[in-house]
Amino acid sequence: MRPVFSQYRNQTKVIQMQLGAAGRCGAERAPCSLSVASAPAVTCLRLPGGLRAGRVRTLRSGSALLSVPKFTDKHEWITTENGIGTVGISNFGQEALGDVVYCSQPEVGTKLNKQDEFGALESVKAAGELYSLSEVTEINEALAENPGLVNKSCYEDGWLIKIALSNPSELDELVSEEAYEKYIKSIE
Amino acid sequence: MQRAVSVVAHLGLQLKALPSALGRPFSCAQDVLRRTPLYDFHLAHGGKMVAFAGWSLPVQYRDSHVDSHLHTRRHCSLFDVSHMLQTKILGCDRVKLMESLVVGDIAELRPNQGTLSLFTNEAGGILDDLIVTSTSEGYLYVVSNAGCWDKDLALMQDKVRELQNMGSDVSLEVVDNALLALQGPTAAQVLQAGVADDLRKLPFMTSAVMEVFGVSGCRVTRCGYTGEDGVEISVPAAAAVRLATALLENPEVKLAGLAARDSLRLEAGLCLYGSDIDEHTTPVEGSLSWTLGKRRRAAMDFPGASVIVAQLKGKVQRRRVGLMCEGAPMRVHSPILNTEGTVIGAVTSGCPSPCLKKNVAMGYVPYEYSRPGTPLLVEVRRKQQMAVVSKMPFVTTNYYTLK
Repeated sequence: MRPVFSQYRNQTKVIQMQLGAAGRCGAERAPCSLSVASAPAVTCLRLPGGLRAGRVRTLRSGSALLSVPKFTDKHEWITTENGIGTVGISNFGQEALGDVVYCSQPEVGTKLNKQDEFGALESVKAAGELYSLSEVTEINEALAENPGLVNKSCYEDGWLIKIALSNPSELDELVSEEAYEKYIKSIE
Repeated sequence: MQRAVSVVAHLGLQLKALPSALGRPFSCAQDVLRRTPLYDFHLAHGGKMVAFAGWSLPVQYRDSHVDSHLHTRRHCSLFDVSHMLQTKILGCDRVKLMESLVVGDIAELRPNQGTLSLFTNEAGGILDDLIVTSTSEGYLYVVSNAGCWDKDLALMQDKVRELQNMGSDVSLEVVDNALLALQGPTAAQVLQAGVADDLRKLPFMTSAVMEVFGVSGCRVTRCGYTGEDGVEISVPAAAAVRLATALLENPEVKLAGLAARDSLRLEAGLCLYGSDIDEHTTPVEGSLSWTLGKRRRAAMDFPGASVIVAQLKGKVQRRRVGLMCEGAPMRVHSPILNTEGTVIGAVTSGCPSPCLKKNVAMGYVPYEYSRPGTPLLVEVRRKQQMAVVSKMPFVTTNYYTLK
């Protein structure tokens, strides 16, 4: 099995846009109740074949189960650990968007209703709304100052939110990385 | 469990359709789209093709949109703009024909001088914006929008027939050339290496026919749609790839597509017909009064003159203005509000500005709110953000003028 994620790394040059802090609206959010430092190391994605360049995060031992990422046909990936899902957009998604210059995120603890937008990613030419249904437990604060992380590291540092999942079987409908790759080839 | 499953079903990145300015990726009926002489060339260079105004054109190449945009402002970029309609108006009565359709003082154009002008209708609405050049070769050279191809051609051809029936000496020819735009601070330097003419003697809005990198019969016009110095080169279709290849040999030059073209023109405060101006906007509303010729205003001899001149003399209801804000980008249809929260207008074009690192936009507001510095609100993502009316161009232009 060829290592899929490694081919995506560093393919896209990114201009990291930083909007001025003064006067920014819509970015008010409650301080994150789970600080990034204490977040579980769920963003470490295990690659098929074990090949990977760059950082390798240490896996937590014990009952922590690191899941293989699954994908939606809307170009998002999710990995889970201990009932918390980490969500980000796929390489196909970040390429389609272009350089992300603005990221609007929800407040931690936001309970979203059906079809609620949990945030949006804006590039120069397009906007992508992000929808979720579950409680947001954590947001990636780095994206406020550094939205380009979504382009540069869509599977690692550019993760978007973490959500509460009550049951791993919720993800059964999502597809494997292989199936997602087949899918994007068919629509490209 | 049902609710949990729907978590998954509703996860997703939903990409908003690209604004019409940037076309849409075509998934079917590709043979319905027209292709420029550079179609294969674009593919060979990694162009991502989209449908735009009935043409297949690259929205970008391998570089990111922002990289391409910034490269244009710092070096130069090559754009394929062959989709635009190029026409020649010939005959002794060519100026009379042109003036019957546009608002400008065409008779006053010096040899090889061009100007931006507007086709208008009897209601004073803008039918298209175009560049008309009075060539020293005995014809008017007209470049107008691809999206108005059929409309403009019919407009001009009908008038030709009408005048011919009255005994006028006038005719029209469509120019079947490719059109390449080379834009940026180093564009002239790049081009100079391939032409014998001294480009220092070809200022903004002038035109000349010359051999370019060995291709004879090219019309070079010092104009563009980016706010930078640059040229548009009308080149015989059979030699278009050869010329584009020659230009690209200079490391200063990179190919750029529709995405960069749109963000560049917006930073330069240039209108996009169909978005910022259309048949329902008059030149005065569109803040394009400067296109109305001095003689023409007095003579009131252009379509819609009574409406338009009245607006010049009296008050105009609304005006196109520039807007700047931070936070989420303003996009087409974003409502514009006054500081009391009343909706007063809407955005017609908007994007994050790669140069300014703020958001810029154009929109229409009532006259009383149109002064630069006026604070307003723009609603984006269901939130109202502070915005300010700004002078355009947002980014200083660098046209090569001889002053």
